[in-house]
Amino acid sequence: MGKYVFQRIIYMIITLFIIVSLTFFLMKLIPGSPFSAAAKLTESQLAIMNAKYGLDQPVAVQYLKYLGNVLQGDLGVSFQFSNTPVMDLILGRIGPSATLGLQAMIFGTIIGIILGVVAALRQNTWLDYGSTLVAVLGKSVPSFVFAALLQYFIAVKLGWLPVAFWRGFEYSILPTIALAIFPISIAARFMRTEMIDVLSSDYITLARAKGASSFEVAFKHAMRNALIPVVTVLGPLTVSLMTGSLVVEQVFAIPGLGEQFVKSIELLDHPVIMGTTILFAVLFIVIVFVVDILYSIIDPRIRLSGGNN
Amino acid sequence: MKKYSLLLVLTLVLSVFLAGCFGGDTAEEGNTGNESEGGSSDAPQELRVMETSAIPVMDTILASDTVSFTTMNNVNEGLYRLNADQETVPALADGEPEVNEDGTVYTFKIKEGAVWSNGDAITANDFVYAWQRALDPDSGSSYGPYLMEGKIKGASEVFNDGADPSTLGAVAVDDQTLEVTLEKPVSYFTSLMAFPTFFPQNQAFVEEQGDNYATSADTILYNGPFVLENWDGSSDGEWVYAKNTEYWDADNVALEKITFNEVKDAQTAVNAYESQEADITTKLSSELVPQYEGDANMVSWLEPTVFWIKMNQTNEALQNLNIRKALAMAIDKQSLTDNIFNNGSIPANYAVPKEFVQHPDTGEDFREANGDMLTYDVDAAKEAWAKGLEELGVDSLELRYLGGDTEAAKTSDEFIQNQLETNLEGLTIKLESVPFSVRLERDKALDYDLQMAGWGPDYLDPISFSDLWITDGGNNHMAFSSEKYDKLLKDAESTYANDPAKRFETLQEAEKVLLEEEAAIVPIYQRQANILVNEKVNKFTYHFVGPEYSFYPISIGE
Repeated sequence: MGKYVFQRIIYMIITLFIIVSLTFFLMKLIPGSPFSAAAKLTESQLAIMNAKYGLDQPVAVQYLKYLGNVLQGDLGVSFQFSNTPVMDLILGRIGPSATLGLQAMIFGTIIGIILGVVAALRQNTWLDYGSTLVAVLGKSVPSFVFAALLQYFIAVKLGWLPVAFWRGFEYSILPTIALAIFPISIAARFMRTEMIDVLSSDYITLARAKGASSFEVAFKHAMRNALIPVVTVLGPLTVSLMTGSLVVEQVFAIPGLGEQFVKSIELLDHPVIMGTTILFAVLFIVIVFVVDILYSIIDPRIRLSGGNN
Repeated sequence: MKKYSLLLVLTLVLSVFLAGCFGGDTAEEGNTGNESEGGSSDAPQELRVMETSAIPVMDTILASDTVSFTTMNNVNEGLYRLNADQETVPALADGEPEVNEDGTVYTFKIKEGAVWSNGDAITANDFVYAWQRALDPDSGSSYGPYLMEGKIKGASEVFNDGADPSTLGAVAVDDQTLEVTLEKPVSYFTSLMAFPTFFPQNQAFVEEQGDNYATSADTILYNGPFVLENWDGSSDGEWVYAKNTEYWDADNVALEKITFNEVKDAQTAVNAYESQEADITTKLSSELVPQYEGDANMVSWLEPTVFWIKMNQTNEALQNLNIRKALAMAIDKQSLTDNIFNNGSIPANYAVPKEFVQHPDTGEDFREANGDMLTYDVDAAKEAWAKGLEELGVDSLELRYLGGDTEAAKTSDEFIQNQLETNLEGLTIKLESVPFSVRLERDKALDYDLQMAGWGPDYLDPISFSDLWITDGGNNHMAFSSEKYDKLLKDAESTYANDPAKRFETLQEAEKVLLEEEAAIVPIYQRQANILVNEKVNKFTYHFVGPEYSFYPISIGE
């Protein structure tokens, strides 16, 4: 196990390095100036601005400098936001995104698993069809449509919840539901398929023969095995939910990371693009690692070991 | 009872009359019913506004975007301020400045008793310090050099050649006297003083805060009608103004509190407005406008922003005057604004916008004397096209058309492509839809044939448009060069620098050369802005240049 973890950490560092390098050079390929007033500046004015931010140096030099700074924990300052440190920009926006993402994940997974289990236990009944319908809708209806419908009917027409902004729990309910629809459908579909599969295996028949109640069979014996594929997909999904959804944040006017990231790319705000990419990459890599560790806990048959064994 | 209703009728009549008098630039038309109540109302003087972005920057010399400029305009103040009638009026300046005979030295007196929010008096040195800082390359200001170079004496040397900042033509004669020396007469110089880049900064405070300066509500000094009460920095999506009780004109400021929220999606803004969660929306996107047509709460105004097609004259075909004329007259702009935009934007048959600047003597709009040029005329376009092709010795042409990559841009570009190809036989337009930054890059490199571009001015003077087309001008980027045009602009800037009427007329003449004689660009449309303002908001005030809104005139009625 120890060797395995060590090896994984080395791989994680290499992966991160590749992501950072690729993003840096791809970003530098995008033409254009990061200064919003560029259209109004003369060549010599632009040259002085470029020199101030080190943009006049060869890309390779900029890259090495950037790597050096990142290794010292310095993500640089934003071009667009009057020299605000990138770290501050990210920290200032990650709160709402992470809160929404976690809420949506917890809510979505629980609902999704329940739907999936129910559908599997009551196969080919209206419960099954209903649950499948929810799963298909959740997967196929684009989130901006769903978010806009929720906002229009629940907030504008019925007035039950606030339309937009970020001022407390009640403001997070609609966006959480809008975000949760995707994990619900994923969890429900995987859970149903796996449960049906597991329920027909020999050890379940044995458990039944031993006189275990159907509740015990479903939740103690079957569910644990059926969860493995669900955990695999939900891990990375958690990261993508927590790092902010552009659409849901825009519809509900939530000051989150998703919107800021997209904007930084449009405006060529290099340090913000890089900083956010690094954050997302780290989260992603760590979560994938955690999921692998979780496997061994859920399913003792999976033993983690170094690649050579 | 009878007496009461008579009073009511009188009030109503009066309010209708008042609205008739002062309607126009403020939003009073929509709020006729509340007019008489105005500021004396018992309603809480609180306002909720939606903005298109968080505040990127609060250091006045670093700002280059509308939301920053707007915030600064409301929590800070310069020598001049924009009022509800789009005039720039003295603010920190105590009356109009003394100007020397040739219009190159301005002596401003600074209002006694005006203070920063920490109690310090505002002095002439605060201006000198801020302007020198704006020209220090290490500060990273872009608007500093953009607005000061070529205007204030020594600005170029300080920014480009590292000259000592004290050589800048802005001197504090004493605490209350600021003397500014200009490179050449600038007739709109006082109106520039309302632009946040020229606002004062308190040297002791800025230096004490160092890198933290203007990064949150606590690290800024205020001297405007409001102060930022709650703002955690550039990433904050919600921020709050409170009334500045130390402001010299605080008695005339009604609002106590304004809450701002960042809202990117116009539909969301409308939903929040409809649910009474906010009072003022962001600018409505085009598809939302028709449903509020005729709604008294929709405030609309013609922005001085004009869109046109630039024709790159490094392309041999576009050096031909007849080809340019043909292209310029072959597009049905009315149909474009009516059917594609449908938001009140109007066809532009000009380069200097309508309802933007007026003749200094007669008060006549710039457009009155010059009228329409290069209007849609298919027959004339076809004729010029045939002639042009003949002169070039070809029977067909292919031109690249550089446009934006948003859905709205693509739709209108396709319309224009269709118009040009239908009306001009043998013309093929190759659409290239690219992001904004790419378009700018290719504009600079002259890597296009036709390009859809627009311009919004930074100061209230026709020169902000005329300047664009000077030979080798910083924004020309289409190889247009006309000796006659250059000469007229030079005359306006030097010979008639101190004769506002003659200067204005010279710039009008220049526009005629640009369009009628040269057909240098294809004017397309002038944009209209539409926003929703709750009916209880009195005196909603927008501006044409720099900052977008002023909140100090606003009061909340019942």
